[in-house]
Amino acid sequence: MMANQGDAVRRFIADVGGDRTRLLDIALAVQKHAGYISDEAVALIADGTGLHAVEVEDTVSFYAFLDRTPRGDCRIRLSRTPISLIKGASRIAAAFEACLGIAIGETTQDGRFTVEWTNDIGMADQEPAAMINSAVVTHLTEADIPGIIASLRSHTCGKNPFPVGSTVRPSLVQAGPLLAGPFAAGDGIRAALALSPDKVIEEIIRSRLRGRGGAGFPTGMKWRLTRKSAGREHYIVCNADEGEPGTFKDRMLLADFPDLVVDGMTVAGYALGAREGIMYLRGEYTYLWSQLQTVLQTRREAGLLGHAICGRQNFDFDIRIQLGAGAYICGEESSLLESLEGKRGAPRDRPPFPTEHGYLHQPTAIDNVETLACAARIMVSGADWFAGIGTKESTGPKLLSVAGDCARPGVYDVPFGLTINELLDRVGAPDAAFVQSSGPSGQAVSPKDFGRQIAYEDLSTGGSTMIFGADRDVVDIARQCMDFFVEESCGWCTPCRVGTTLLKQGMDKIVGGRATRADMQALASMANTVARMSRCGLGQMAPNPVLTTMRDFPEHYEARMRSETFVPTVSLQDALREASRIQGREASKAAS
Amino acid sequence: MDQTSVQAPPATLAMPQNPIRFIVDGMIVEAQPGQSVLQACDDAGIYIPRLCYHPDLAPAGNCRVCTCKINGRNSAACVTPAMHGMSVENDTPQLAADRRVLIEMLFVEGIHPCPYCVASGDCELQALGYRLGMVAPTENYQWQKRKIDATHPDIALDHDRCILCSRCIRASRMEDGKTVFAFSGRGIEMRLTVGADGGLGATQMAAIDKAAGVCPVACIVIKRDSYMVPNGKRRFETAPIGSDIEARRPKP
Repeated sequence: MMANQGDAVRRFIADVGGDRTRLLDIALAVQKHAGYISDEAVALIADGTGLHAVEVEDTVSFYAFLDRTPRGDCRIRLSRTPISLIKGASRIAAAFEACLGIAIGETTQDGRFTVEWTNDIGMADQEPAAMINSAVVTHLTEADIPGIIASLRSHTCGKNPFPVGSTVRPSLVQAGPLLAGPFAAGDGIRAALALSPDKVIEEIIRSRLRGRGGAGFPTGMKWRLTRKSAGREHYIVCNADEGEPGTFKDRMLLADFPDLVVDGMTVAGYALGAREGIMYLRGEYTYLWSQLQTVLQTRREAGLLGHAICGRQNFDFDIRIQLGAGAYICGEESSLLESLEGKRGAPRDRPPFPTEHGYLHQPTAIDNVETLACAARIMVSGADWFAGIGTKESTGPKLLSVAGDCARPGVYDVPFGLTINELLDRVGAPDAAFVQSSGPSGQAVSPKDFGRQIAYEDLSTGGSTMIFGADRDVVDIARQCMDFFVEESCGWCTPCRVGTTLLKQGMDKIVGGRATRADMQALASMANTVARMSRCGLGQMAPNPVLTTMRDFPEHYEARMRSETFVPTVSLQDALREASRIQGREASKAAS
Repeated sequence: MDQTSVQAPPATLAMPQNPIRFIVDGMIVEAQPGQSVLQACDDAGIYIPRLCYHPDLAPAGNCRVCTCKINGRNSAACVTPAMHGMSVENDTPQLAADRRVLIEMLFVEGIHPCPYCVASGDCELQALGYRLGMVAPTENYQWQKRKIDATHPDIALDHDRCILCSRCIRASRMEDGKTVFAFSGRGIEMRLTVGADGGLGATQMAAIDKAAGVCPVACIVIKRDSYMVPNGKRRFETAPIGSDIEARRPKP
């Protein structure tokens, strides 16, 4: 068995030519093969790549989907998000627990099953949902669980059984400017090849396309900076690490409009003078891997990727897909680059910017999936057409991922400038009490602001739109958002590593009804320090759930506030519980 | 890329007609090409509080204590290249308060019993707490479960006191060429690790290594070497942290 593993690990290393920057690929292959990454495997990887074992450990221990100890053959990861919980994820968890006789987080004695929570898996419109190894099952009901377990049990193909196929349904509800028109593979490339690379960049600049991941950097300027930077190679990276809770529009694009995205990458490759593009696909979307590889292969055969694309001499460009391994921070572009280079996903300090020193220190443009789809569409339909849609500062269409308390969840392809009210009408949510816009990193929008426009200059969003009805608790949702940041903080810098935990504990105290006015003031002060002092966008945005709800929903905080000047975080009864249990005095139940 | 030593700039770039000058709290500071804001300020006798930065090591930007408002944006001075015309705010009430909170975060994240710690008086965390006016932590102690590694004959590793500054990681890799240390895990679960099952004692680490001498707290302690300097006569008991840098400031 060990000899087998040694051979397998050596093969995985050989598959990437012993390249230490491909450590994530090696680790994922070992994980898939053996179910975990043993000490022996770490030593073998170190040996085969020239890394120190402790460096392999540094990377491997960072990612949620890589294990250093054995777990169940079937990894059932239930999505825990504000949306999944209102759709009944807790009941699904209980059904799994009952069916397997274990608690969440545990592994069955026979080593077949591990059930655990995971953060949002990009299925907000189809919750409750779960990953079973790399397959994704959605719209789960309690009645489904025994059948799923029986099916998994009857399957005995060793370490990686996949008897349950993915059940993801199409997410697009309303096609609009981006997706309604006809588009054939290669249309964007052929239009781009009629122009010089500089002219392509000019067109993108004229369209005033801005990054769709949320930050809104002008795409044309990014491409121009990258093209102008000197380097051995230039790279285009497609950021398909769509991790913001509540968003799934990039998944929809990759599943249903992959040619639009790949055309966009190829157009960027032409414009930047890149020969290689990399798509960084989040680990949660592993179920799309084969179909995306098929798309790439079909395009190679059609002359749309590879040597002399569309017959154009000297235009050689191909795309590799890099799978992620469960780390929200890798959606941050500099962390993504670190991950691409086989390291832990800790952000880089800037300058230098990726446009000068990106992947392998070479000039690199990193664009969101939707941004690249827009670029392909601009090539076909023109910059003027694109700039004529939307608002002054936010041109073109925007894909919104809508989920929660609404009749028609899914992706909406709408022009920028739409108000929240108009959106709520479209999706069937007349009674919305608040909208979490742009995910936990964004803000909770109260009804008084439903007239605001979705646009960079007003309500800026990456697309996540979570709708909550009147019986949802905005303070508790904010606390859940803090849980998310605690789990996803990379840990590199003090304010985010420690601050997210302190903020979560502060929210726990408020939700638990033990917070005084002084506690709330201290929490707000701490939140502002974390926002000011954190190294990257994750930490700078992590306090938003606290700060935006305190600002716009003060009555919900007031209602929970204790009038005393001081209330301890833990009640005396809770503090003494363990001692009471040992002394056999459990009967004295804790009061508040 | 090794930025560990400040090298003399090429003569052409250092010509006086092309100096890098920028403003720190109203004072003009001159920088050598390649210097960070923090290095240039050090040379000019302006102390920017810092914790993970070490003059012999490449900066890593872990602690964020050296954060200044640079051209209107908060940036860590240790990793920001000095540029001509920059405007830097360092000594402001807001930054002092935010830095104090960072120090407090580190105090409650680990376990730092100053009164009976071997490093008391020599500890940069403690000294910054004093300098920044931290009286007692107001946040909850986290009481995380961490281990003490006493496997090495000459070095003790007390993870409770680790502030994850990465100095030893950088020193071991770049200066000692050994790569004994790395991080493991992420977020609040992130830890310093030596990778080896047998602990520090099973690694190539030696007490004379650079990595053994750069710890700002008492996480890495050389055995049988403590209390050579008595309490009351240690570095930061005779002068506040940063005094050595401020002493470089030209007298008006």
